[in-house]
Amino acid sequence: MGLMLRIKRKFSAILKFFRRKNRLRIGIYGPPNAGKTTLANRILLDWVGDVMGPVSEIPHETRRARLREGVRIEVDGREITIDIVDTPGLATKIDFHDFLRYGLSEEEAKRRAKEATEGVIEAIKWLDDLDGIILVMDSTEDPFTQVNITIVGNIEARKLPLVIAANKIDLPNASPARIKSAFPQHTVIPISALKGLNMDTFYRILAEKFG
Amino acid sequence: MFMEVKMNLISKERLAKMPTMEKLRMILDEVKSGKIVVLETGLSPEEEAKLIEMTMLEIDHEKFVGIEVESYPQRSSGFLSRLFGRKGGRLMVIGPANRLKTLERREDVIETLIRG
Repeated sequence: MGLMLRIKRKFSAILKFFRRKNRLRIGIYGPPNAGKTTLANRILLDWVGDVMGPVSEIPHETRRARLREGVRIEVDGREITIDIVDTPGLATKIDFHDFLRYGLSEEEAKRRAKEATEGVIEAIKWLDDLDGIILVMDSTEDPFTQVNITIVGNIEARKLPLVIAANKIDLPNASPARIKSAFPQHTVIPISALKGLNMDTFYRILAEKFG
Repeated sequence: MFMEVKMNLISKERLAKMPTMEKLRMILDEVKSGKIVVLETGLSPEEEAKLIEMTMLEIDHEKFVGIEVESYPQRSSGFLSRLFGRKGGRLMVIGPANRLKTLERREDVIETLIRG
């Protein structure tokens, strides 16, 4: 990537500096089924009393990015107001046959796969318009996936503040320590967005990191 | 009976001469034709993201369902790379998702399966 991209980044950084004074736009990223929308729903339930969107065990349930503006979080006398962007799951491959296993018809599966490819593109495009990232990883899965490596690499290249949410710690085979050892340079917070476990710590670190 | 798998091993000198779009186009064309591409120095994170975008645009849900990419996490950059804004890329393997499968990935070792 050449000179134009570096110039674009500089201007983007200046714009972000001015936007920072108002409120931050935080993207929720991760592979499919890591629990991104569940986390977005948890944050909104805790602070707005609302939800972002439906969740499902079928991968790529979220196929369009969703934006919720002006979410105010207050922890230990510290207050931040953020815009939350819940993004579709990132993937390098999307095979409609994978959806057939969940009982979808071939037509539904193909439509879902097509929309999912568009969602991945949209999620990547959003990276240039964010001030910080919450990367959601499934604690029961191997964290060394290409999608995680690519997302972390892009966040580091853009110098965006990052919080890694090691999700699904309510499951018996969860190992947030594996995520911590895979990405030791970043803040990793073990949570269960579904059960609301360790969310107080999550919000405190969110306020510190993005405040 | 053995099935043949073609691999293209691209040197860092060749990669350094190629503009981003030419590089990504070459990778995607080779992978779509069923080849495995090995890049000596890999891609930058931005190039990886662009490659995923281009892949998504070309998935046809019949013959081409995407790519499998295997690379190591970026090393922390040294003084010179920080000064010039570049990180030294690491080996990267890219192939069609239906032929290349990652079995296990650790920080410095990737175990993979290539189907003929």
